[in-house]
Amino acid sequence: MRTKVVRHTLRGAGLVCAAALALTACSSNSSSDSGSDGGAVSASALDAALNKGGTITVWAWEPTLKKVVTDFEAKYPKVHVNLVNAGTGDKQYTALQNAVQAGRGAPDVAQIEYYALGQFALGKSLQDLSKYGASSLSKQYSPGPWNSVSLNGGVYALPMDSGPMALFYNKKVFDKYKLKVPTTWDEYVSDAQKLHAANPKAYITNDAGDAGFTTSMIWQAGGHPYTVNGTKVSVDFGDAGSKKFAGTWQKLLSDKLVAPITSWSDQWYKGLGDGTIATLAIGAWMPANLSSGVPSASGDWRVAPLPQWQKGQTASSENGGSSLAVMKSSTKQDLAYGFLKFANAGAGVQDRIKGGAFPATVADLNSPTFLNTPFPYFGGQKANQVFSASAKNAVTGWQYLPFQVYANSIFNDTVGKAYVSKTTLSSGLKSWQDASVKYGSEQGFTTGK
Amino acid sequence: MTITSPPAAGRAAPPRRRNRTGLAGWGFIGPFLAVFALVFLAPIGYSIYLSLFQDRLIGGTTFVGLDHYRQAFEDAQFWSGFGRVALFLAVQVPVMLGIALLVALALDSGRLYGKNFFRITVFLPYAVPAVVATLMWGFLYGSRFGLVGDINRTFGVSLPDPLSPGLILASIGNIVTWEFVGYNMLIFYSALRVIPASLYEAAEIDGAGQWRVITAIKLPAIRGALVIATIFSIIGTFQLFNEPSILKSLAPNAITTYYTPNVYTYSLSFAGQQQNYAATVAIVMGVITMIVAYAFQLRGMRKEA
Repeated sequence: MRTKVVRHTLRGAGLVCAAALALTACSSNSSSDSGSDGGAVSASALDAALNKGGTITVWAWEPTLKKVVTDFEAKYPKVHVNLVNAGTGDKQYTALQNAVQAGRGAPDVAQIEYYALGQFALGKSLQDLSKYGASSLSKQYSPGPWNSVSLNGGVYALPMDSGPMALFYNKKVFDKYKLKVPTTWDEYVSDAQKLHAANPKAYITNDAGDAGFTTSMIWQAGGHPYTVNGTKVSVDFGDAGSKKFAGTWQKLLSDKLVAPITSWSDQWYKGLGDGTIATLAIGAWMPANLSSGVPSASGDWRVAPLPQWQKGQTASSENGGSSLAVMKSSTKQDLAYGFLKFANAGAGVQDRIKGGAFPATVADLNSPTFLNTPFPYFGGQKANQVFSASAKNAVTGWQYLPFQVYANSIFNDTVGKAYVSKTTLSSGLKSWQDASVKYGSEQGFTTGK
Repeated sequence: MTITSPPAAGRAAPPRRRNRTGLAGWGFIGPFLAVFALVFLAPIGYSIYLSLFQDRLIGGTTFVGLDHYRQAFEDAQFWSGFGRVALFLAVQVPVMLGIALLVALALDSGRLYGKNFFRITVFLPYAVPAVVATLMWGFLYGSRFGLVGDINRTFGVSLPDPLSPGLILASIGNIVTWEFVGYNMLIFYSALRVIPASLYEAAEIDGAGQWRVITAIKLPAIRGALVIATIFSIIGTFQLFNEPSILKSLAPNAITTYYTPNVYTYSLSFAGQQQNYAATVAIVMGVITMIVAYAFQLRGMRKEA
């Protein structure tokens, strides 16, 4: 299936190349075709490129981009955007990696999650956007996402959305079994026990071993397992935050209180719809996915702040969230950056908010219209207030590995054992740590614990 | 049968003509050689070339000589994947070929009602793309919403989860058997069909029963087909990839990124960006496969002689 997608994309890219050839053949100005680093590109040059037109390919799975593309093409009628869904998350990274390695078939623009940016930037697959003056946009974005796109003194992407975590819960299920919305993780565990006892088919949540979820939970618990300083990398899942998470989550796993269903599977959507998965601790980008993936449960779900590790606190973390980056191999980087700016710093942001996406732009996060938007899916709840507060309360200082994509790919080899055998979560995390450190030193990093 | 060439001394051919024949020969074989070099030798050569380098995130590409080969021989993950396919080879292949042989013999016995229908039905799974077959079986195996789950609910039993780490290799074996019994059956069946009827007549005159006919005529006659089918299966097993890589999305904790050598190469190069080491693992695995297949062929052919 995956090969099929790639093949389609390759064919698409071939068409794009043909179109590009045709265009260059009939134009004398070739500034928009430079693939090199070149000097600074002025705003007027960017406008000129956009007005001249051309075709760019965008790899993204974010559903709200469809509307953005329509509006972008309406504003710049000569630019055609070929929006391709080459898979979600690591499936797309695999395809992207393939294309980069092969030297062709890569898109001009790619959606890349914050955790994966380091790996692609370090692998020199992405164009540093400083030459377009992207650094001046820093004040437009909330600090977390901006921090994630500024790497090694460059700007390698523009933040598209952010994923401050919140607790999504099925109110119908909570009302039916008279559960209280948990404010601490201990209450969460006791809700899990009550729910599963009352209905053995129902679970408080699903978890089949998800690296992104685990790291976000440790982040909220105040853990700093990854320390990255240039090429010095250390991994330590023995710190207090990691231990807090592992201890609590182990209770849920040992008593089989979480459904062993992989996220984004058919079973998952089914469970979210029929109430057998009662909560999700996940990023604020989830509403769009819920309303498109589980339309039948409209009105059942609500949003609450993330349960706390210590009663009365308001700590939070980011889960996922992604950016749009310009590929270094692109021959139409000016057009590509024009699209980025439109989608992530221009009119596209509003399109995406309307579609249910969660912005990374400060102005929108604080705007009364945004904060007071009722969500029909959540029974009219003004959910953005919860998300916005979460965005401000994200624990600072979290870092991902510069090879987090690889580390996440071996998560199920190591920590995954805790989900299907007697291995404990903490010993699973220890083997994950060892394997990550081993890979890091093989890749030339100075590693430690 | 041998073709006796005329004694060269009798008629000395003019050397000029022989040269021309040689050139014409190259002309005929040329297109083949060109394609062969392009699609076969070049990729292998490139893989070997790749395996001698190392491309690191920090430090870039360096020449490392045979270091990767040394690493492969000490790589516990690689050998655990290899052990898994070796176990698969020892258990699944005999089962699959045994069933295929039984079906072929049954079809050939002429005692089966609706033979053509039976033959096409057994062969049909082979026509289903492996990806589709695996997805289909993956749903059947599902202990929540799949067939296994339905059986559990309907009969109030609790079947072991086919997608659990302990059972998943057997579950994969079942899928592969389902897919390839028909294919192997067809190889055996076509070999059985070319046995001259006169042998059976002679056997009947000698008073041989069905069992005797099978062991004394049919099996020796199709030994070549058996050897070929086994070699195909050895190669197929060592290259096991589709089934585990698709089931991984259903059972992420049961199938590791180094579950089989091919899955391992895949994750090395696409998740770990270690194309060079992946090339090494692929070459080592290729050589092992060649040795095992060749050893089996030698053995199989010696028996025949």
